Amino acid sequence: MEGQIHRRNISGCGLAGMMSEDGRLMGGEAIIRSMEVLHDRSNGLGGGFAAYGIYPHKADYYALHIMYDDVKAKEETDVLLDERFEIDSEEIIPTKKSEAIPKGPLLWRYFVKPKVDFEDCGLCEEDYVIEAVMTVNSMVSGAFIFSSGKNMGAFKAVGYPEDVGKFYRLDEYEGYTWIGHGRFPTNTPGWWGGAHPFTILDWAIVHNGEISSYGINKRYLEMFGYKCTMLTDTEVVAYMFDLMLRRHNLPLEVACKALAAPFWTDIDRMKAKGNAKGDIYEALRMVYGGALLNGPFAIILGHTNGMVGLSDRVKLRPLTAARKDDMLYIASEEAAIREISPELDIVWNPKAGEPVVGELKNPVKKGSNKARELEETVA
Amino acid sequence: MKTYQLPEVRIERDKDRCINCGVCVRQCAFNAHKFDEDGEVYSEDEKCVACQRCVSLCPTNALYIKDNAPFVKDNANWTAETQKYIWKQAETGGVLLTGMGNPKPYPIYWDHLVLNASQVTNPSIDPLREPMELRTYLGSKPDHIEIEMVNGEPVLRTKIAPQIMLKTPILFSAMSYGAISYNACEALGRAATELGTFWNTGEGGLHRNLYKYAPNTIVQVASGRFGVHSEYLDAAAAIEIKIGQGAKPGIGGHLPGEKVGPAVSETRMIPVGSDALSPAPHHDIYSIEDLSQLIFSLKEATEYTKPISVKISAVHNVAAIASGIARAGADIIAIDGFRGGTGAAPTMIRDNVGIPIELAIAAVDARLREEGIRNRASIIAAGGFRNSGDVIKAIALGADAVYLGTAALVAMGCHVCQKCYTGKCNWGIATQNPYLEKRLNPDIAAERLYNLVRGWSHEISEMLGGMGINAIESLRGNRLHLRAVGLSREEMDVLGVQVAGSPMA
Repeated sequence: MEGQIHRRNISGCGLAGMMSEDGRLMGGEAIIRSMEVLHDRSNGLGGGFAAYGIYPHKADYYALHIMYDDVKAKEETDVLLDERFEIDSEEIIPTKKSEAIPKGPLLWRYFVKPKVDFEDCGLCEEDYVIEAVMTVNSMVSGAFIFSSGKNMGAFKAVGYPEDVGKFYRLDEYEGYTWIGHGRFPTNTPGWWGGAHPFTILDWAIVHNGEISSYGINKRYLEMFGYKCTMLTDTEVVAYMFDLMLRRHNLPLEVACKALAAPFWTDIDRMKAKGNAKGDIYEALRMVYGGALLNGPFAIILGHTNGMVGLSDRVKLRPLTAARKDDMLYIASEEAAIREISPELDIVWNPKAGEPVVGELKNPVKKGSNKARELEETVA
Repeated sequence: MKTYQLPEVRIERDKDRCINCGVCVRQCAFNAHKFDEDGEVYSEDEKCVACQRCVSLCPTNALYIKDNAPFVKDNANWTAETQKYIWKQAETGGVLLTGMGNPKPYPIYWDHLVLNASQVTNPSIDPLREPMELRTYLGSKPDHIEIEMVNGEPVLRTKIAPQIMLKTPILFSAMSYGAISYNACEALGRAATELGTFWNTGEGGLHRNLYKYAPNTIVQVASGRFGVHSEYLDAAAAIEIKIGQGAKPGIGGHLPGEKVGPAVSETRMIPVGSDALSPAPHHDIYSIEDLSQLIFSLKEATEYTKPISVKISAVHNVAAIASGIARAGADIIAIDGFRGGTGAAPTMIRDNVGIPIELAIAAVDARLREEGIRNRASIIAAGGFRNSGDVIKAIALGADAVYLGTAALVAMGCHVCQKCYTGKCNWGIATQNPYLEKRLNPDIAAERLYNLVRGWSHEISEMLGGMGINAIESLRGNRLHLRAVGLSREEMDVLGVQVAGSPMA
């Protein structure tokens, strides 16, 4: 989509996330209401959501959400997709136009499986999907794949988040994790793809901040073959999680400590006390220095098995968390949480760089279908 | 033969102020000041090297050294300098010799690069109130680490190769005992220790008394192998194989026998009074696989306990050479640009061979990233760093740290007169003459070095904070924080920077 994505967006924002660790399915009205409270944190130039558990009947297929400028872009994309995937089905994503969002690009949804059988190599299959997504996004003018995970989907547009939620009729979907975002960009390509969340595979990121280390984060990722085509900070965060969690197999908590690294004084103190974490963090900072996200940010990461909230190492952007029964809530402001759950068991302001982690009690096994079958046979 | 040389400077002595005390006479090893038969002080302009020692020490401020650019008939081609060189060679038939770095008016790219700062959309950070981290580790890093969860606790399974830790990304560059005085070496060792950084022995070995600074010492193994023995290697924090030097790429070194007194002789392990000649190449390195052998010989000799650096001069193919060095097993690559200094070099080589360090850093960093091996070796940049602005720009281009040579000498008192090769340094730095050497007080010199690096580190912290960054690794290779002013498209492409006024993408 060259031409549309030539500016890196610097933005302040509002974000909210909610997750049932029991995996209970919930409609999309709540997250819309939560985001509506944060209306003033955005300026109508971008809103979006990601939801997990919404396609249970197609859970084995990668759900591709694609925006097209025109039919020609779709035709070109279809050729590329046909070469790579078996397409189970494709349909127009249902929307409801309103005064707030009167028009937009063509929005399509595909359920696909790779044509190549990767046997027991789950990583290879996911790399294959990433490659396909990056190929379409960088090669086809006027086409943009904005969601590519299994049993999840991203929905985004130019508009206020509550209007975007209604536009995509999110009340008709049911998911166990929802994250939402409203943008306040300081420059405006006015492009739907520039809204959050940014996703790759099942990683979805909503982000409030400006990452001053972007220049090196991007070059660091390029060493591992990622192409940062969108020039947004947020894209970089998504790839960082993909690299560290999926490819390097780091525990989530450790990966978060690379993105929001502890200070050397704290690491030295841990080492002096014989705390093994001191050595881990020292190694992490030596090896993953290029992954450190420096500058103000608060993010919520959604993925198939959970949700994570994280702020930068000195917490220059707000982030509040709360729990109620099996629910975990994370938002820019407590008000956004109270709006949808007035009674809470606990509310807290996570410390700088301390991740807030929600995990499904019964996690979904990832990887290719073959790999899962093999694993089950062995078990 | 009558010299046709014209004096380059003019010594002005205010007779009203001069009290005929003779300080200038005693201070000048070049004999530019003398007493006449009547005991009156007078000066000979042609002997003066403009080192400013007499000016600094004259108790009545009676002296002033003036530029005396000799008038030759206006000619852009046959300047006074070109004629001077010809007269000199016509008189001697020798090779023109000089000291310090390339003084020619080549573009200084640092002065065409400007830094970023935060406004509104992200807050700048005040290093006086908030943490600001300059700590830097030099050495080879793996591309990922392995963590195993044991009873719900993460356990580190990766052993990282040996590193040296710097509290600030600035080291003192290789300057050998022999080229510089014992006191200068002592000052460098002491300052490096105080600062939590490193100094470098150059190819002169490590004097017995300076082993106390060994934990902050990088020892060099150069083509002459002077002063290299197992204790020397074992003592060091890191070992540097010197392949090339920015001031004189492609040639070896020459320490004249006059500078080889008993102490230098013992340290270098050569006879007193003998010329110390370093061959142009290492005679056991004729290709990259030979370098790899030397790297691993040194690793074997020190049982893989310390990083091995390879220092090269910045030349046309520097990126590919650096890639080869990283693949040959080096943990650190030191790149010396063509403004790097020297104790002695042929003038024509100093002024005409090699490339600017700015372009070399950018090319090497980009190449190692393209090949996915940037993590395998750290990059130290060297060659004429003048201030903290140059240092921070080098880091933004992709260097891990920076070597200071000339700036360190200037901090100790050097006035860049370029006469290091004569051994007559009036400041007691580039000399082995006991009378001159004791002019450099190592306590004072160490303090001045400490102050310099401390000041620069503060400035780097302030600039980092201004960019909204609180750890140096977030600026390393982050060229989005640089913008070019007055450079061609091609130059910007090599530097990997955009023109000032273009947005943050």
